[in-house]
Amino acid sequence: MTDFRMPSLGADMEAGTLVEWRVKPGDRVRRGDVIAVVETQKGAIEIEVFSAGVIAELVVPVGTQLPVGTVMARLDAAAAPRPTQATAPAPPPTRPVAVPPAAAAPAVSPPAAMPPVAEAPPAAPPVSPLAAPPPAAAAGHVSASPAARRRAAERGIALGRVAGSGPGGAVTLADVEAASAEAPPTPPPAPPTAPGPARRGGFDPAAMRQAIAAAMSRSKREIPHYYLSQTVEVTAALARLERQNSGRAPPDRLLPAALLLRATALALAKTPELNGFWEDGHFRPGDGVHIGWATSLRGGGLIAPAIRDADKRPLDELMAAMRDAVRRARAGGVRGSELTDPTITVSSLGERGAESVLPIINPPQVAMVGFGRIVTRPWVVDGAIGPRPVMTLTLAGDHRASDGHRGGLLLVEIDRLLQEAETL
Amino acid sequence: MNKAEAKALIFEVLLGIAPEAELDRLPGSAQLRDELDLDSMDFLDFVAAVHERTGIDIPEVEYGKLATLDDAVAYLAR
Repeated sequence: MTDFRMPSLGADMEAGTLVEWRVKPGDRVRRGDVIAVVETQKGAIEIEVFSAGVIAELVVPVGTQLPVGTVMARLDAAAAPRPTQATAPAPPPTRPVAVPPAAAAPAVSPPAAMPPVAEAPPAAPPVSPLAAPPPAAAAGHVSASPAARRRAAERGIALGRVAGSGPGGAVTLADVEAASAEAPPTPPPAPPTAPGPARRGGFDPAAMRQAIAAAMSRSKREIPHYYLSQTVEVTAALARLERQNSGRAPPDRLLPAALLLRATALALAKTPELNGFWEDGHFRPGDGVHIGWATSLRGGGLIAPAIRDADKRPLDELMAAMRDAVRRARAGGVRGSELTDPTITVSSLGERGAESVLPIINPPQVAMVGFGRIVTRPWVVDGAIGPRPVMTLTLAGDHRASDGHRGGLLLVEIDRLLQEAETL
Repeated sequence: MNKAEAKALIFEVLLGIAPEAELDRLPGSAQLRDELDLDSMDFLDFVAAVHERTGIDIPEVEYGKLATLDDAVAYLAR
């Protein structure tokens, strides 16, 4: 039996609130499957399971506040088709746990600290629901806005039963309101009796601001930053985009950001000491170039979901990945691993941004790259001055992991790649 | 498409991108991107959604012709 615990989703994230189970006891899960949705300071995050097995028990009901490390569910790893059985994490359980001989064994009773759940007898069989996860929701992904999730949780409405009218069929707040007006709501799950705010749901700009402030305070306190900047001419990059986009329908067009992302990823692959994490006094290189793409949210706030293996993906694929990540960051539906995977963060200020950004590293990462707005400036080409589109490229590096010489090589390499944008 | 239809379609698409926007109060001459805080990705989503519903291609070089609500209505209703 393996305990599945509330994962840490960032340097300064301490807790979340369970808003939805996507699985039920008896369900077989694979590594990476989304099993729950947790409301955090960074909005609604889809929580993935880290090992294969069969869900033996859902320990906490919907609505529970979950400090990082809380046991959320128990998995029977022995039921998974794996030669080695997963072992439980180091912290011992607070009470004896009966180990069932097989997946079909009855689930253990809820821990004493948990409030008894309505209709759940002390020794509940695996099929006995904790918070009655709706079949539709458990069957697949339900895309919904954070506000819609919050309202649905408040009203006890299963998101999977609501017809979504938002982008890509996402459930919107209005859909939930309409659904709750149509049908009398099922009784909401038993509220936890534990003290404290049990259900602070939804994307809360004030909470996100606190999370950002906490992470950035830690960064400024702990990381000896150095800063570099390079002005990059982007004539070649813009020409490439114009040529490529001219024959394409709008949904297939590329944004400059895709080129910037690709150039950065390729350059990072050559300067590995800027791509990874500072942990316990040591640098740990990333297991790939996973770029956290800084995405501003409507209503304030910032989230940087990972674009994995960005150095290995062609331009069109990168653009699609970026669109998908930004859409989910804004609509809800970011996975927990996408918040913890990034080995570096990249921020592009875009067409309406400032000319340059002096980045603050997102711990435990060791570098951050910034792109300013493209502006037309006097530029010397072949001894003559002419107007050219240029952009200010910046880097903040962690002096514990690298120095300005290596950081400079990264910026020069990004510049070089952008001058050869036709080959990107 | 007449102007009323064009405006309705534009509102519908914009609400999908900026759900909190009070479009009825949006002056026809206001810059959409500034007024609704649309970044490059938002504007691409806007153009792509209009394209998917109307079949109008809207080449990149003509993005400037959709800068304001009045401009965009005129562009689609032409």
